[in-house]
Amino acid sequence: MRELKYREAIDEATRQAMAKDDRIFVLGVGVDDAKGIFGTTRGPALEFGGKRVLETPLSEATLTGVAIGAALRGLHPLLVHARNDFLMLTMDQLVNNAAKWRYMSGGTMRVPFTIRAIIGRGWGQAAQHSQSLQAMFAHVPGLQVVMPATPADAKGLLMTALTTETPVVCLEHRWLYERSGPVGEEPYYTPLGHAAVVHEGRDVTVAGLSLMVGEALEAAKALAAEGISLEVVDLRTARPLDSETVCASVVKTGRLVIADTGWRSFGVSAELAARVGEQCFGELRAPIGRVALPDVPTPASSALEKIYYPGPAEIAAAVRATLSGRGRGPAPETAPNAAARGKEFSGPF
Amino acid sequence: MTTSIPPERLKAFYVQMARIRRAEEAIVALYPEQEIRCPTHLAIGQEAVAVGVCQALRDGDTVLSGHRCHAHYLAKGGSTRGMFAELYGKATGCCGGKGGSMHLASPETGMLGASAIVAGTVPMAVGAALAATLRASDDVSVAFFGDAAVEQGVMHESLAFAALRSLPVVFVCENNLYATLTPISQRQVSADIWPRAAAHGLAAVGVDGNDVVAVYEAGAAAVARARRGEGPTFIEAKTYRWREHVGPNFDTDVGSRTQAELDGWMARDPVASLARTLEARGILTATERASIDAVLEAEVADAVSFAKASPFPEPAMLRTDVD
Repeated sequence: MRELKYREAIDEATRQAMAKDDRIFVLGVGVDDAKGIFGTTRGPALEFGGKRVLETPLSEATLTGVAIGAALRGLHPLLVHARNDFLMLTMDQLVNNAAKWRYMSGGTMRVPFTIRAIIGRGWGQAAQHSQSLQAMFAHVPGLQVVMPATPADAKGLLMTALTTETPVVCLEHRWLYERSGPVGEEPYYTPLGHAAVVHEGRDVTVAGLSLMVGEALEAAKALAAEGISLEVVDLRTARPLDSETVCASVVKTGRLVIADTGWRSFGVSAELAARVGEQCFGELRAPIGRVALPDVPTPASSALEKIYYPGPAEIAAAVRATLSGRGRGPAPETAPNAAARGKEFSGPF
Repeated sequence: MTTSIPPERLKAFYVQMARIRRAEEAIVALYPEQEIRCPTHLAIGQEAVAVGVCQALRDGDTVLSGHRCHAHYLAKGGSTRGMFAELYGKATGCCGGKGGSMHLASPETGMLGASAIVAGTVPMAVGAALAATLRASDDVSVAFFGDAAVEQGVMHESLAFAALRSLPVVFVCENNLYATLTPISQRQVSADIWPRAAAHGLAAVGVDGNDVVAVYEAGAAAVARARRGEGPTFIEAKTYRWREHVGPNFDTDVGSRTQAELDGWMARDPVASLARTLEARGILTATERASIDAVLEAEVADAVSFAKASPFPEPAMLRTDVD
């Protein structure tokens, strides 16, 4: 199959969705500038022009309300943010209006509204440009949260979001933008709430999201050399959260490690662990392990960044810990990640 | 009062304002029964703003509102039965009992709903206007909000964005001088709001919000400009809320405003003063007025009976209309 980069898949999904549905328009800060959100909105701007790709002032809260109002009047806005941190400016509109308008109106109105926002990481971007805030959105009934890990899902999940009649937040990881993978040329729609087993194995299940799926696959390679067989599940969406697919895998393996791009506490890993405990506790042969960000803001210093982000080594350690029956494993003394990863991400941001 | 407004429309002003007054006075009377189990923010005394603006609109135009939304819902043609059933939390309510007093909506009449977060729907009204522009329609969007809304950031972002894109939206500020108990003098640097809106580069005007004809004329001019593609207008209508911020009572006893101030505004009752003017001009006789009042009395009584007799939502409705 033809290969595209993750960012190219987003561009293609946007253009194909816009061609099929003239209700769809794009708005956001930088969507119609010369670079167009790392190229993802440049194609739509050139193909459809300024009436369907609208450059905006830096008024994220109001733009979110504008999108909701346009949605109530028959359009499907796609609002793009270069960082998901900027969505914190929009929480009243997102949580109090977008997520609730349908419910509060007794189902007489709907808000077809898609938001794209990017998770940043690395090169000292620090505490306000590197957050991974899926838990904040996934907490809210009425919002759906998708987190593609591959170019194929970057296209398929965005295509689905753009045909969904309720608000969907698409969180894209900046480090995935340049990665390539097979992407179907025709429009296709990946359903929300369906996790995928992306690597079959027998000993331990690792359920991850976004960038952490690739990290889990690397861990699987490393552990295979030790004779440990990982099953890797790509959750694909944080809400709906497909715990059934995870439980089905746990029935097979009896052990689970959850790898999230967000903070450890009160996040996707906590919710998934709780559901697995409720739904298939009897299948677990060891405590659930979690690999997530430590509960502190992102530091700027590269020395601290290296120990902030968990990677394949931490996943492997958590896997070994579940096999030893001890639950959470000891923190590694060094950060093997940085060396293993090769050339460090250094922008553009 | 100018004479350019046809008598039938002036009569319609009266019917609309009297309906809102009658409905809200009924809420005052019924609220102690504790069957209306939601916070109600009454617009008694402010009816001229909702009616003056909505009378300048046509089918296809839309309005959005805030927590004090009964008047806007009714003025835009929302069903009286649907409103009372909603207040009573019944399945037959305009929002199926899921919205309550602060979130009335009737999309079929162009009332797109209300947020209980101050200024929350102002950007949404801008979005409705943007949609009209993108669809090449000449529909006009109206945002109703109070004086405190101009203390919110999204208000100014919305004005700036609407002006920048010359969107067909009318911003209607009902300046009733108080936010809950706090007078505007403790919250804003100057008594007039509209000049600050003008600074964002849109047309802005102040009117007497208790004079429905003045509001209508300002509204009609703003709507016409918007429909012609000439951009947004901000209308500040100074008016006064008779009752407490939320609930059916008067609050002159708590010390935030004086009885004399309230009495002064009640003497300028927008409904009664319109009736007097229309009678003096021979447009609406006392007999005709009594007959209109009787019809409205019956309409509200019917709506209350309908609401009380209606079923509550089924338990299954708790989980519908989410994903």
